[in-house]
Amino acid sequence: MGAQLRVYKRRIRSVTATKKITKAMEMIAASRVVKAQRKVAASTPYAQELTRAVRAVGTGSNTKHPLTTQAETVTRSAVLLLTSDRGLAGAFNSNAIKAAEQLTERLEREGKQVDTYIVGRRGVAHYNFRERKIAQSWTGFTDEPTYADAKKVAAPLIGAIEKDTADGGVDELHIVYTEFVSMMTQTAVDSRMLPLSLEEVAEEAPKGEILPLYDFEPSAEDVLDALLPRYVESRIYNALLQSAASKHAATRRAMKSATDNAGELIENLTRLANAARQAEITQEISEIVGGASALADATAGSDY
Amino acid sequence: MAAELHVALVAADREVWSGEATLVVARTTSGDIGVMPGHQPLLGVLESGPVTIRTSDGGTVVAAVHGGFISFADNKLSLLAEIAELSDEIDVQRAERALERAKSEEDAFAERRAEVRLRAATAR
Repeated sequence: MGAQLRVYKRRIRSVTATKKITKAMEMIAASRVVKAQRKVAASTPYAQELTRAVRAVGTGSNTKHPLTTQAETVTRSAVLLLTSDRGLAGAFNSNAIKAAEQLTERLEREGKQVDTYIVGRRGVAHYNFRERKIAQSWTGFTDEPTYADAKKVAAPLIGAIEKDTADGGVDELHIVYTEFVSMMTQTAVDSRMLPLSLEEVAEEAPKGEILPLYDFEPSAEDVLDALLPRYVESRIYNALLQSAASKHAATRRAMKSATDNAGELIENLTRLANAARQAEITQEISEIVGGASALADATAGSDY
Repeated sequence: MAAELHVALVAADREVWSGEATLVVARTTSGDIGVMPGHQPLLGVLESGPVTIRTSDGGTVVAAVHGGFISFADNKLSLLAEIAELSDEIDVQRAERALERAKSEEDAFAERRAEVRLRAATAR
């Protein structure tokens, strides 16, 4: 076998191995997307009921709460960025990070100080490499977030909102995550989560639904006190789940195109290897023919 | 047939139980409350404690609920809890172990949680 042919054969072998791996990763990601979507669906009843309850308190009373009061001048805001722990997901993480950076820039232009909170090792690595300050970060659960994880993330954020700005608290909270639109489309979105506007929550109500006048037990203030942190947690939980589903979908897509590319590469390499083999054979034949005719010429000369 | 109310017991990550019932007893921060069909609209904060649901076919469902809300309107009752377990899902031995551990570590919160679990498990 010629040297050229041997090189092609070796490359085909290595690309085939890569293709097998990416194919497996694609299939794993596909099954995880379904699982993550199921989790989103399972958490919907809780979120719906909670939203309804918040709406009920918002419309049924005029209570004030630190999580719903808009500061007159916002001096510091918090940005919560949701990324993933692992890469190999195409532009998933860079899109989310880009969205967070644009948001940060906009807030800073408005004269606000920005505290960054990050979920996911990728985002942390990105900020550390650029030596930017991270207020707090969480890693290790982005593939399958649980409600306890959401609580862990929400607690310091709620604490920061409730604190006075002068003591290092923040006035508003923005969240940047990747919304799961469909298997093919995931978009990085940013939204202001806190302070919560009860009017906005009330407007989300389905048309024609009139909420009854609730009896609050023990009182509207206490209910709101207990309700709002749970509402924030449930929103963060939902964002975490959507981000996880988006990550798996992005991985699936990235691995699918990697598999396709590997297949194409193998096809091209096989063609080249065939051409090399054919060239080798042609050369061998012409060598034999050349040698034979030279030999024939030589014997023909000696006959004289 | 007695009047019925629809009950949905929902935890943060799943729906634990739903069905028709004639009476629901839960513990709010200001004391135990029993809700029967036709109760006035209510929104309350739940304490960590067992919730008893008397189903319309005469059975009883007991669940351990840790923090959450009860809301009732239009004969629909929702129990929202961060963590909720039906009594037959509770592993008694594990709950006992958790109780002992919580006692030795003097973790009042965990102790209360384990106690509620045990009480719900023995009430079935």
